[in-house]
Amino acid sequence: MSAVIEVRGVTKAYGDKPVLRGIDLAVHEHQAVALIGASGSGKSTLLRCIDLLDEIDDGDVLLDGEVVTDPSVRPDRVRRRLGMVFQGYNLFPHLTVLENVVLAPVRAHRRDREEARAHALELLDRFGLADRAGDRPDRLSGGQQQRVAIVRALATRPRALLLDEVTSALDPELVGEVLALVRDLKADGMTMLLATHEMSFAAEVADEICFLHEGLIVERGAPEQLFEAPEREETRRFLRRLLDAKRL
Amino acid sequence: MDDRRAARAAAKRRRARRGAATATVSTVLAVVLVVWLVGSTPGWPDVRETFFSWEAFRTSFPDVLSGFWLDVKLFVIVELCVLVLGLVVALVRTTRSPALFPLRAFAAAYVDVFRGIPVILLVYLVGFGVPALAFEGAPSDPVLLGGIALTVSYTAYVAEVYRAGIDSVHASQRQAALAVGLTEGQALRFVILPQAVRRVVPPLLNDFISLQKDVALVAILGPLEAFRVAQIEAASTFNYTPLLAAALLYLCVTIPMARLVDVVQRRSRAA
Ligand SMILES: Nc1ncnc2c1ncn2[C@@H]1O[C@H](COP(=O)(O)OP(=O)(O)O)[C@@H](O)[C@H]1O
Ligand SMILES: [Mg+2]
Repeated sequence: MSAVIEVRGVTKAYGDKPVLRGIDLAVHEHQAVALIGASGSGKSTLLRCIDLLDEIDDGDVLLDGEVVTDPSVRPDRVRRRLGMVFQGYNLFPHLTVLENVVLAPVRAHRRDREEARAHALELLDRFGLADRAGDRPDRLSGGQQQRVAIVRALATRPRALLLDEVTSALDPELVGEVLALVRDLKADGMTMLLATHEMSFAAEVADEICFLHEGLIVERGAPEQLFEAPEREETRRFLRRLLDAKRL
Repeated sequence: MDDRRAARAAAKRRRARRGAATATVSTVLAVVLVVWLVGSTPGWPDVRETFFSWEAFRTSFPDVLSGFWLDVKLFVIVELCVLVLGLVVALVRTTRSPALFPLRAFAAAYVDVFRGIPVILLVYLVGFGVPALAFEGAPSDPVLLGGIALTVSYTAYVAEVYRAGIDSVHASQRQAALAVGLTEGQALRFVILPQAVRRVVPPLLNDFISLQKDVALVAILGPLEAFRVAQIEAASTFNYTPLLAAALLYLCVTIPMARLVDVVQRRSRAA
């Protein structure tokens, strides 16, 4: 069976600064893969490249076995099949919560408006946001906004979700509600690739952890193996620094 | 506890009342002073007769008013054209495709050139230049020519206002719009432009206040709009009061517009 998302030898530089230096990665159906690594190691860039929001220099990205980084492929068609959630929510401030969620199903997927609304309300209800459907995003807490952003990504029924540090911008007491939602999605069997700083959460939901260091995945493995017995010095140093930071 | 709160409230009311009283008294004093100063100048009796003659005002007002209708029609039509054309120019300037480079360069040059030429000069150039070209179907109606000159000039200003608005929408909004699967065009239409336009309403309205005054420049081409009518009346009666009547009519549209800008600005700040 081919992977839902596959990344083959992807490189990317900004100017003459290499940011991704040959990434290989596969996310299979119902799998969750977590990207960890220091800030600046290239996690966001990799996710943007997979969603074709940034152009890669070399290599291939495949979605369900189809090469999508070919210039002949229309990027919007590809993005419609993936859901992306950003660190800073990026909700559309001029639209209500419900309008944020139905915009893409109606405009990009040409779904029936009533059907899209019903689906959106169902998702909002499921994640405890039904009573905020008519509000503007700036009336919501950060945790609520990020949950709406996840619902917006889910509303197009994507093949996989790309989550970029979805809790990093949140106040500590709001992190839990967003992680609970991601946990739910994992239980539903959603295929996910997530960049995260929450190691215990990564250990809990991810089937595989990839440690990104200066644009390369230097170590990967099951959570228990990577967190309990990391083989590479860089991985050990990164994990030790995180532990120290937590103790302070 | 309650006593102190009541005392504080009473003190606040007293302060407010004293503030209002002070403002009223100082305004009245200022007006009286100005009136007295102007009234005591040696030329005042003559000025009052030539600029503030009630008789001249009454006889000239109907003509000036009917001239003003032309101004109103002209600026409503020019405003609408400018709103649309300015957006087109701004959109051309924000495209990224290399194939559209010539168009982009043209739009940039257009804005540079027509923002840099005084409006009055442009009215002259279009108003007298286009008919002189004498090509087939060249417009000769001075109102139309003046309207074209104003449209050309204001489109350049308004395009820059729109562009500033589009630039002010953060790049992450475009990224989020693309990420949900919208095309570039849909992202612009449903996500970026609605936010941009909301932000530029106050500066757009400010440009329209200028436009409402600049329609008077069309007078140099001859059509009988308010300023021109007033000028003619003034010249034939040696009394300048009709110009004052015209000025009052302009204020009737520009001041409400200015208050509208205040309201919109306050509301957008509250949102
Ligand atoms: N648009 C960009 N232009 C130039 N450099 C960038 C851009 N985006 C990211 N970078 C650089 O690429 C490197 C990786 O960034 P990023 O992918 O955001 O890392 P991470 O998400 O792991 O913190 C950083 O050094 C960053 O400065
Ligand atoms: Mg990042």
